[in-house]
Amino acid sequence: MRCADFKETYIKDEEIFQSLFVKVWLGAFLVFLLVFPLFADPYVLYIANMIGFAVIAAVGLNILTGFTGQISLGHAAFAGVGGYACAIFITRLNMPFWLALPGGGLVAAVAGLIIGIPSLRVKGLYLCMATLASQFIFEFLFIHWESLTKGIRGINVPPPMIGSFALDTEKSYYYLTFAVTVLAVLYGRNLVRSKVGRAFVAIRDRDLAAEIMGISLFRYKLTAFAISSFYAGIAGGLWVCFLRIVTPEHFPFHLSIQYLAMVIVGGLGSILGSIFGAVFMTLVPEILNVVTGNLKDIFPAAGKLFIPLKEVVFGSLIVIFLIFEPRGLAEIWRRIKAFFQLWPFSY
Amino acid sequence: MDILLQILITGIATGGVYGLIALGFVLIYKATSIVNLATGAFMTLGAFICFTFLDSLKFPFWAAFIGTLVCAVLLGVILERIILRQLIGEPIISVVMVTIGLAIAMQGMTNMIWSPEYRSFPEIFPPEPLDLGFAVVPSGLLWGFLFALAGMIFFLLFFKFSRTGVSMRATANDQQAALSMGISVRRIFALSWSFGALAAFVGGIVIGNMSGISIYMGDIGLKVLAVIILGGLDSIAGAIIGGFIIGILENLAGLYLDPIFGGGVKGVAPFFILVIILMIRPYGLFGKEEIERV
Repeated sequence: MRCADFKETYIKDEEIFQSLFVKVWLGAFLVFLLVFPLFADPYVLYIANMIGFAVIAAVGLNILTGFTGQISLGHAAFAGVGGYACAIFITRLNMPFWLALPGGGLVAAVAGLIIGIPSLRVKGLYLCMATLASQFIFEFLFIHWESLTKGIRGINVPPPMIGSFALDTEKSYYYLTFAVTVLAVLYGRNLVRSKVGRAFVAIRDRDLAAEIMGISLFRYKLTAFAISSFYAGIAGGLWVCFLRIVTPEHFPFHLSIQYLAMVIVGGLGSILGSIFGAVFMTLVPEILNVVTGNLKDIFPAAGKLFIPLKEVVFGSLIVIFLIFEPRGLAEIWRRIKAFFQLWPFSY
Repeated sequence: MDILLQILITGIATGGVYGLIALGFVLIYKATSIVNLATGAFMTLGAFICFTFLDSLKFPFWAAFIGTLVCAVLLGVILERIILRQLIGEPIISVVMVTIGLAIAMQGMTNMIWSPEYRSFPEIFPPEPLDLGFAVVPSGLLWGFLFALAGMIFFLLFFKFSRTGVSMRATANDQQAALSMGISVRRIFALSWSFGALAAFVGGIVIGNMSGISIYMGDIGLKVLAVIILGGLDSIAGAIIGGFIIGILENLAGLYLDPIFGGGVKGVAPFFILVIILMIRPYGLFGKEEIERV
């Protein structure tokens, strides 16, 4: 009987799916994800879609913040650039959705490259400020570049089509979100164990040392910014086509913080963690919504408390995780696994 | 010409208020190396507390003001003890995110205790505007400016002459040396947070008095980031001068660029300035220069 994990080669250690057990359960989970929409109601599917977008953005941000150590307080702006670009490609240039989505991602990546340039000169706190400023500058552009973005009225976007079949219900859109999310997560997981991923980690741990070891800071920092904002752009594009409208209000500063919160609550520097974080941070407000909704029958005042309560819980979660569990849900998950690996004979 | 002068005066007066709020950032950064992104939430809370004292409890202004200051000190000490002391030596992203989380939670609580709608502040200053002959200063701006000026002078003198002020400077300069001279660094940290909260609370009262209070007034706190970056994160003089520069530039941008871009430039101008400073001179006008080379 296997009683612990032994690995005899580095190749084994670097494998994504390390044991038969993991493969079987992951397969079962994927099958579940594919089948459950057939029985779920639209509200659950709506949340499932939102989780998908969040996972994509969080994985992207984790590549930048968790692996490369570059903080971005402006990730919602990149998602916004992707979303707007996608919408504009579809409505103005009559591009099919399947081209417009990656196109939007590429435009976001270019925006990320531009914002990433200061990261070569400033870091830490100052990079925070630079990305924060870019968030507000992009928000300004979304509102005031009216010839392109139609200002606060926003742009209406048609749903994506496969042949003549429109993905205009939560259920059909869910499969699109699902496919893109799986691709994004797989790519991210592979990226961080490649040469590029190791360079990212070296830069995070000490950028000067990385430069001395021959890692080009210029190249890899900008790569990280580009990849990360590509992810954000894809998430933004998917979201916009799901809502079928894009307005500046969809990409506020608060969303940037939400993405960062997902990454931190999930676990910095862990792709699995970003998935946990995205699921968790999307579900918490929904659960609160249900709770305050039920309380409303008992205390009529509870209904008014929902929005502020959501904020209090959201802010406190960030603070509590950073103080008590800085490595996030991924670390809790690892501990649970370690516990059951030898259970019940843990000595 | 008249309108330009008027804009300049408005800019200087707003700049004074920015300078005061920037002091809230700098006081905390100097001692603890934490940029407190919750300053905006502090401001909102301060304004609401003062409002409650004045409006619901019918205190005279001086009593309400002192009451608010006491609350500020308490808040600073409690937050430092419970949350921020754990963060000494943590990576920057944790520190920044904790203050952001704090800001959101505090804003939510403010929203829960007082409802979110906009309120106008009770009149605490005589409403007549000051006529300088060539320009007119609205009463709110004038009194705000005077308050800000008083706050700045108080802090400058405090750091120059008082014993505590000198030990705070010593801590900022070299913690180990300060410790070995018998200064309690923990007490200084708690004090810095209290002072930071104090400056933010006064800023909140001043701004509330100028333009009414709502839970969203804390957004100004983010604009002030441009001020502290311009002035240098650890420079009190920089915060004050930076405040004036940003106040004037912002109002000028509003005057000349708003018609071109269809409004909104005034709000975003500080962020443009912020990016430009970061590109040219990231440590600001008076900040300490830190150079790392490979």
